[in-house]
Amino acid sequence: MQVTVQAEPFDLGALSNAFAAQVGGAGAVVTFTGLVRDNGGTLAAMEIEHYPGMTEKAISGMVEQAMLRWSLIDALVVHRHGLLAGGEAIMMVATAARHRAEAFAAAEFLMDYLKSRAPFWKKELSTDGAEWVAARDEDEAALNRW
Amino acid sequence: MIDVLYFAWVRERIGVPREKLDTQAATVMDLIAELKAREERYAWAFGDLASLRVALDQELSSFDAPLAGVREVAFFPPMTGG
Repeated sequence: MQVTVQAEPFDLGALSNAFAAQVGGAGAVVTFTGLVRDNGGTLAAMEIEHYPGMTEKAISGMVEQAMLRWSLIDALVVHRHGLLAGGEAIMMVATAARHRAEAFAAAEFLMDYLKSRAPFWKKELSTDGAEWVAARDEDEAALNRW
Repeated sequence: MIDVLYFAWVRERIGVPREKLDTQAATVMDLIAELKAREERYAWAFGDLASLRVALDQELSSFDAPLAGVREVAFFPPMTGG
């Protein structure tokens, strides 16, 4: 498993290819990529703050849980922090399993947990000023299905 | 001495990202009460506990948790990762 928290952009294609190339025995690889929504052109940038130390620990915990629960062959999470422009990739998840149902479920589980349990905070900088993105009740509720 | 960290709008309201505090507070709640009584900026940051989360030594915790043995306390709003 690989967990990376970084400010720099990442190469989705290169990471996906490298991941798929080393998952012997897998029949399915699912990748998900989260992008910065530009809110119809009003977003100037998104600033992502995180809690160094806890972030890596929290994500590793989620990935370990997913690996066990869905018997994954491997999993990868990359999440950025710092200043991002609209359209840029914020994060990616990749899961590899023998069959696709496990790979999809584990990727969804990781996405739900990353949203509400990984210590990141997003701030939208727009033409009207800056505003912290509020957590949504639906995101918290989504954890109940696991 | 205990390290106290603040993130996002909690950090902005308090004005510093972290500080070392000398406290005898037994629980997170006691620490919050102590800080709120200290200065207006803390009262502002800790005004609505429903919109706050706390981590003890980098593990999500609860407001009634004891502080004995804890080295690092962090306060922040609900997380918005992904």
